[in-house]
Amino acid sequence: MLEIKNLTVRIEDKNILEGLNLTVRKGEVAAIMGPNGSGKSTLSYVVAGKEDYEIVEGEILLDGQNLLEMEPNERAAAGLFLAFQYPLEIPGVGTMTFLKAALNAQLKARGLEELTTPAFIKRVNAAAAQLEIPKDMLKRALNVGFSGGEKKRMEILQMALLQPSFCILDETDSGLDIDALRIVADGVNALRSPERSFLVITHYQRLLNHIVPDAVHVMANGSIVRSGGPELAIELEANGYADYRLQAAE
Amino acid sequence: MPIIASRRPSKPMGAELKIIRTAAEQALIERFPAAKASLPGGGEVVRLRDAAFDLIAKRGLPHRRVEEWKYTDLRALMRAAAPLAEKPSAETVALALSSAGAFADADVTRISFVNGHFAPDASDREAPEGVEIIGLPQALAAGHPLLSELGAIAPARENAAYAINTAFMKDGAVIRIAAGTALAQPLHLRFVNSGDQAFATASRVLVAVEEGASVTLIESHEGSDGAAHQLNDVLELAVADRATVRHVRLNGEGPQALALSTLVARLGAHVSLDTLNVVTGAAVSRHQVFLTFAGEHSKANVNGATMLKASQHADTTLLVDHAAPHCESRELFKTAVDGTATGVFQGKIIVRPHAQKTDGRMMSRAVLLSEGGTMMNKPELEIFADDVQCGHGATCGELDENLLFYLMARGLPRPQAETLLLQAFLGEAIEVVEDDGLRETLVGMLEGWLEARH
Repeated sequence: MLEIKNLTVRIEDKNILEGLNLTVRKGEVAAIMGPNGSGKSTLSYVVAGKEDYEIVEGEILLDGQNLLEMEPNERAAAGLFLAFQYPLEIPGVGTMTFLKAALNAQLKARGLEELTTPAFIKRVNAAAAQLEIPKDMLKRALNVGFSGGEKKRMEILQMALLQPSFCILDETDSGLDIDALRIVADGVNALRSPERSFLVITHYQRLLNHIVPDAVHVMANGSIVRSGGPELAIELEANGYADYRLQAAE
Repeated sequence: MPIIASRRPSKPMGAELKIIRTAAEQALIERFPAAKASLPGGGEVVRLRDAAFDLIAKRGLPHRRVEEWKYTDLRALMRAAAPLAEKPSAETVALALSSAGAFADADVTRISFVNGHFAPDASDREAPEGVEIIGLPQALAAGHPLLSELGAIAPARENAAYAINTAFMKDGAVIRIAAGTALAQPLHLRFVNSGDQAFATASRVLVAVEEGASVTLIESHEGSDGAAHQLNDVLELAVADRATVRHVRLNGEGPQALALSTLVARLGAHVSLDTLNVVTGAAVSRHQVFLTFAGEHSKANVNGATMLKASQHADTTLLVDHAAPHCESRELFKTAVDGTATGVFQGKIIVRPHAQKTDGRMMSRAVLLSEGGTMMNKPELEIFADDVQCGHGATCGELDENLLFYLMARGLPRPQAETLLLQAFLGEAIEVVEDDGLRETLVGMLEGWLEARH
């Protein structure tokens, strides 16, 4: 369960998040929708632990643990996973090398035994097959020369391997064609379980046709301005965000 | 307006001119006549020594006001001149080699040098077929015909470190790889320095790679002790047409050493040369490369991977001279600077007027890992031909925080994330090494250095 309480975050004297409150229960899939510049990506970065932001006040608890006191790698070991909107290319770092280092680092942090190479390869291959990731992609440097869709599939592959308890998908649908969207959504749906929560950040309702949320929150000017069920997403798709921009401006 | 003229009466030229020499300069100058009498070699060699010595006597040690030495002030760094190392005893040789670990597991033909002296008894007994190995003193004494290849590149002869080596060159080897010989096993030139008292070396190895021959040379320089040795080694490569040379050099000198090294390579036509210099050792080091394309259609990769910590200072200075058309050179240097260390890269590509269709690209990239580190990058192009492609670049920065965040968000603790990025960064320079086993060994050294940071 993720609890965000009264979170205010600043970057260079400008408040990006403003007293934001949000709770995502265990096993729940929550969607955050909102116009550009409403602070959605900032929220995902702050939860994951990016350093560029000043936390003015508030707290973020993952299963009762205070995330704001933890390094990004400690948050990952605690079960948090952020699927990046723009996964980074890392020249010279082999995809398999990276995956193995990440998985073993998390196992080690949790006091579990590290995987042997054969066991690791077996796990990667199984997850890759499900996401239709060809083996030669795994042999390349991480995300280097991957298409937008391939990068997003690689994020979901990492999610499947690392088995987090809380997943944030930051505009995972951006840059995906219909087929890639289906593959990614199937990958996410396969990971849905009563023990795992998701926070799906998106502009469009389209993704939510494939990953059906339990709750939808609307974000504008740094806070959650409305919450509801999946029907809220359909309403937004029809009416746009104009109402909320106006509301926020008042 | 600046006042240029002085109204003071001028003294007669040179009347009271007194050259102030440092103790090191004085010692080198005083030492030469006696050294000359005892050092090996007849008429032609004596002439070479004299010319080199005159250069030192006239100019002294280079200092920061000499452009090529601006960032490595040898006069300030070398206050005293350590005595030339004596030929080591069998015990010293055995002791030194027992502590030498670089490339120990590699399947190679070993040619050992201890304290700058060729140690044939500690080398592989049988030279491979097509290879001739002679100690430098014997070659000098006998006036070996290959000695005519020494000092083939003019700018090297004008260089202070090379000149000191030439004036005092005492030991080393002359190696001939006969035409058409394709050596399966690398030749490992293993230099080990050992001794409590600081000494100086002036070793010279000449490798003549004859037409169509192919060889891998591994050159390692190690010193495990903390004595402030003053090492000066020169490797000269005379590469004939259609020959292939792969060269990997490791500077793993002791932590107090001052290590000057020079690679002189003169390439014929249709030659392929790769050279990589890996630096982890020495307090102060300067590696110089004088590479001349003398024949057409040759290719060279000149790479370096330098890893510096504490107060280390490492200088790489290149002069790549395209003196023939249709040649291609690639230079890639990676430097990681930690602590209060200083890295220096000076690279110059010259394209002579008739060297049309030259393709030269030079890049130096540095990562500063601490607040106190320094990197000096000075790339230069001098192009006198009009139909060429040349480029150079230099960068200096920190590790990318966004990449670090990405890796950490996947669970890697910061030190491990840094190590992974640095491996990739430095590894790019090592990729030039084609041999898998050799490259793995180098990657292992790199990992060892990175792990020791944390």
